[in-house]
Amino acid sequence: MKKIKTSKSINEKAKAAANKVATYGEDINLSKYDRDGEEHPYQPDPSKLAPDTKAKMLSAGIMLDDPGQRSGTYLQMDNSPIHFSAKQEGVEVMAVSQALEKYDWLQDYLWKAVSVDADKYTANVELNDNDGYFIRALPGQKTIFPVQACLYMARAKLVQNVHNIIIAEEGSELHIITGCATASRDEPGLHIGVSEFYVKKGAKVTFTMIHSWNPEIAVRPRTTTIVEEGGLFLSNYLLMKPVNSIQMYPTARCLGENSTVRYNSILVAVPGSNIDVGSRVFLNAKNARTEIVSRAITTGGNITARGYIEGNAIDVKGHLECRGLILGEKGTIYAIPELKGNLAGIDLSHEAAVGKIAEEEVEYLMARGLTRQEATAAIVRGFLRVDIEGLPPMLSAELKRAVEASEKEVM
Amino acid sequence: MLKIKDLSVAVEGKEILHDVNMTIQTGETHVLFGPNGAGKSTLLMAIMGFPKYKVTRGSISFKDKDITGLSVDERARLGIGMSFQRPPVVRGVKTRDMVAACLKGQGNDESIAKLAERADLQDFLERDINYGFSGGEIKRSELMQLLAQKPELTLLDEPESGVDLVNIALIGEMMNDLLEKNCPIPERHCMGLIITHTGHILDYVNARTGYVMCDGTIGCVGDPHEMLATIRERGYNECIKCYLGRVPLHEEN
Repeated sequence: MKKIKTSKSINEKAKAAANKVATYGEDINLSKYDRDGEEHPYQPDPSKLAPDTKAKMLSAGIMLDDPGQRSGTYLQMDNSPIHFSAKQEGVEVMAVSQALEKYDWLQDYLWKAVSVDADKYTANVELNDNDGYFIRALPGQKTIFPVQACLYMARAKLVQNVHNIIIAEEGSELHIITGCATASRDEPGLHIGVSEFYVKKGAKVTFTMIHSWNPEIAVRPRTTTIVEEGGLFLSNYLLMKPVNSIQMYPTARCLGENSTVRYNSILVAVPGSNIDVGSRVFLNAKNARTEIVSRAITTGGNITARGYIEGNAIDVKGHLECRGLILGEKGTIYAIPELKGNLAGIDLSHEAAVGKIAEEEVEYLMARGLTRQEATAAIVRGFLRVDIEGLPPMLSAELKRAVEASEKEVM
Repeated sequence: MLKIKDLSVAVEGKEILHDVNMTIQTGETHVLFGPNGAGKSTLLMAIMGFPKYKVTRGSISFKDKDITGLSVDERARLGIGMSFQRPPVVRGVKTRDMVAACLKGQGNDESIAKLAERADLQDFLERDINYGFSGGEIKRSELMQLLAQKPELTLLDEPESGVDLVNIALIGEMMNDLLEKNCPIPERHCMGLIITHTGHILDYVNARTGYVMCDGTIGCVGDPHEMLATIRERGYNECIKCYLGRVPLHEEN
């Protein structure tokens, strides 16, 4: 059963791309995974979910027992939305399937930012059972507390197809925490998540995504954000737990003057993890700005850290910073920062560095009385510390806690 | 007391220091002069115990304990502190974190703020350590960390180099705090060993013993003010010739 109904032409395009291999990342054999899982029942009170499920969701930043500091909640288990609610006026949180019934105009937002025929993964989402979250801030409405959304994989060997639509109407402010987690610690599965963000004139969206997969899960998110005049999109991504294979290259298109996009990513690859993650920004309007910062640590896994900024209008400015740390004897970090300028009057720059911890830095801290282990830990902690401008203090503190909770495993 | 006996040190297989003997009594501050490449910094690094500086002969003892085989951090915890001439930038590690580490958990926001005020580095606490710091800021930051660490033996490598005239007084006062005021006179137990080129800092610290190092060993020992005058007047070569063979006063006892 297909919950999200789209036009025939979109469907035709998807069919044509059903076997289209993606540009990046290892090719995943979709037939290895089951398509149809059982429906999970709707849960009006998410605090009544099984304690183990709640604990796993909590590991990805989703608070169900005490959601006082959340303005809304969306939970999806496999391909079933099992809960959605909004606690604040001016914010809408529901399943996309339901939102389509409520709003005719929503069709215009589906597959507009992300191409349905981008690759076999986007096509697969369109061609199969899928749902996702619809989060919308009404014009001028500002949330203080974030909306939380959890995409949870319960059944093993299943494809989870997700299609999210996020709209921040003019002058609104919206904060979102998305957590992804799995029930099993070692069963395979495939998560495909399409997310389309629309940041309208003067709106501000912060999006914080925490991934907590298992060593057998493959992940293919497909995300694009459209930012209009004076809009701000701030994305923070945290991947510090094992994963089998993840490839994503979220993209933002600054279409309005004075729009701003910032991407921060913290990536940790343990042995067996293959991570290919980047951020891509098109600066298509005057005075658009971007900053992309990534921190990658491998303790034995492989990381490709990409970054791409393209300047297509005057007075745009972009900076890309990509730093990698190799802890231990094995592991690879491949940093690929790319800049493309298409006219004069733009200002794009990047810096990239990959290496092990400098002995000189360790000794400097040791000369102040720290043991070698304490000095190394302080340097790694410092490396993972990304000061995020524009993130509300509460979210900053949560992100910091999430990093600290995982950093012990890194060391 | 710091006692260095017949010390030879090699860096990457090449012997840099030979047969260095030096005794700093508890409460004393000594000054090291010498031309570039004489081995002054090497001596400080060897006392601090950096692994690159290998002791090939002789010994270093501190507070009657042989520390020749101890690691850098063990020596730091025993009470040896050093200001770096060119400390590394450590991204993500804030100046505040460094001061807190030096305070060994004994400090709080207030005591850290006080130290920053002393060093005129109030706006630097939330910055990555040494990142984009000027020469003078590095010196003040190093001294601020040492003031937090409160070492019994302070090793200073050209604390005045690259510092403008306005800041030199501040640096001098901070050094004075480190070497003197931390320790009330009756029970003064702070020791210092300072490398200087200009001698400016002699105006601020109470140093009664000076050395001229040359070719990896100590050429002479004497009154630092007299030495400085000679060096200024005649250069290092004359100075070494003049003082060569003179036996350190405290070695005679």
